[in-house]
Amino acid sequence: MKGDVSLQTDESFNEKEFLEKSSTGIQGFDEVTFGGLPKGRPTIVIGGPGSGKTLFAMEFLVNGVRMFNEPGVFVAFEETEQDLRKNTASLGFEIGKLVEEKKLFVDYIRIERSEIEETGEYDLQGLFVRLGFAIDSVGAKRIVLDTIESMFSGLSNELILRAELRRLFGWLKEKGMTAVITAEKGTGTLTRYGLEEYVSDCVIVLDHRMTSQISTRRLRIVKYRGSMHGTNEYPFIIDNKGFQLMPITSAALDYSVPKTRFTTGVAALDEMLGGQGFFKGSTIMVSGSPGTGKTSIANAFANAVCQNGDRCIYFALEESPKQIFRNMNSIGINLEPYVTQGLLQVISTRPTLYGLETHLSIMLRHIEETSPSAVIIDPISNLINVAEESDVKSMLTRMIDYLKTKQITSLFTSLISGDNGANKSPISSWIDTWFLLNARQVDSEFATTIRIVKSRGMPHTKRIRELEISDKGISIK
Amino acid sequence: MFLFQLENGGAKKEVENQVYNLRLYVAGQTPKSIEAFENLKKIAEEHLKGRYTIEVIDLLKNPQLAHGDQILATPTLVRKLPPPIRKIIGDLSNKERVLVGLDIQPKKKESPED
Repeated sequence: MKGDVSLQTDESFNEKEFLEKSSTGIQGFDEVTFGGLPKGRPTIVIGGPGSGKTLFAMEFLVNGVRMFNEPGVFVAFEETEQDLRKNTASLGFEIGKLVEEKKLFVDYIRIERSEIEETGEYDLQGLFVRLGFAIDSVGAKRIVLDTIESMFSGLSNELILRAELRRLFGWLKEKGMTAVITAEKGTGTLTRYGLEEYVSDCVIVLDHRMTSQISTRRLRIVKYRGSMHGTNEYPFIIDNKGFQLMPITSAALDYSVPKTRFTTGVAALDEMLGGQGFFKGSTIMVSGSPGTGKTSIANAFANAVCQNGDRCIYFALEESPKQIFRNMNSIGINLEPYVTQGLLQVISTRPTLYGLETHLSIMLRHIEETSPSAVIIDPISNLINVAEESDVKSMLTRMIDYLKTKQITSLFTSLISGDNGANKSPISSWIDTWFLLNARQVDSEFATTIRIVKSRGMPHTKRIRELEISDKGISIK
Repeated sequence: MFLFQLENGGAKKEVENQVYNLRLYVAGQTPKSIEAFENLKKIAEEHLKGRYTIEVIDLLKNPQLAHGDQILATPTLVRKLPPPIRKIIGDLSNKERVLVGLDIQPKKKESPED
């Protein structure tokens, strides 16, 4: 995974000639492009099969209708009407409805090489006529050509074809159409047929990689003429809501710093922190050896958040919701009512199921939808097992960055072995309050100790205290 | 609609082969489209005498008709009948290719070559 923020401007970014952008409405994409696709210009989206190009283009159109009142035209060169409806049905695009409402025009262009004989000079005015008709039918502002490369396999006179393509893109620009052209990845050239030669205002590449049996999707903006844009590879997911990208949210560490405090959910822990608990929007870490009570502390916090009437999302990477509820009941924390009330969401996933970026995307999706006051990930050490430490650091950094910007209080648990693990977390510097739990043998028993490694911005005890977890809850001896 | 039908009028002779329904799609009256039409007329008269109809469709006047026969290029000649559908794009200046495209048996053996 690439590192931190890197931005680039292609050619001179002249503020006077302000490049208008066409919002895509695609989560995260408009952010990394500072507004969307170039308005009235063509953008090319390149990728291998299954990379998501058609869905990206379709979402651009559908959002155009639904969010920005801009009708659109989808020209399908390869899929049939049935295919298109089927593939996009799972995203809730309802293309049939939009066509009926005359907000969307879908045209299927078929070029059957076997039925065509080329004799002498010709042009592609027929294509222009069809597109013109489609655009005029709905008053379209957006158009997708998916994928126009099919024409290369249908027609053998490349000279004519290329000349007409050049003319086509000029024509689309004249009509002020914001166009998305999809293309197959090439070997040696960016696209198989060198379309980037004609469509050079904005070039986007979608990548779909398999690393250690886990699939990851990434988007990269190769070129964006006249505009600032992020140059990183942005991981993204496609789920039942469509595309979602994960940009790095803030270049500078300029979060607003709330001063309000929030209880930890355990009176004794609040006391250790000088009496009032965590800062709102802070990042809390609870690390410790197995069985020391990390999950219990995390849940006590969730309990407190919900008790206060705020929403909390609990990402469980080790136990199932039922296990958690049962275990918490045994120490007097009853979480199920909060789930029923819609205040608490327990989302449990197997860490090895997805790649890191996918985990992050999914989590962000939930967070975006719910807007919780607090987020818990238990334990983040499970994620470290599925990836390189540097990747985990990168991923968690993005997550924390996002959470801090939204002023969401976050609590992470982490499994470590012994006290030595304390300073070795990949995200040490991001943590505001850090509890370290340890199991120490005292006579024939194991006692759990807790100490505060750090807690920024507040006076706190430096003493090691003994933690006791019983059916009466969590307390300090 | 600029519909132009040419039939070999007055031929009461029994047709040995099927009737060819030919449709020529053009985009306005350009030199290319006029040339294509002229070429087509000549070929039809020579090889399909008495058993063809030619319909010319101007897409500039009727853009919605481009979809039905999947027209992209102009001029495009579509053999609607007999099936299967065949398409020939271009100004039809290459007579041999047109004949092959239309799957017409040229009447070479009967009439003298030009």
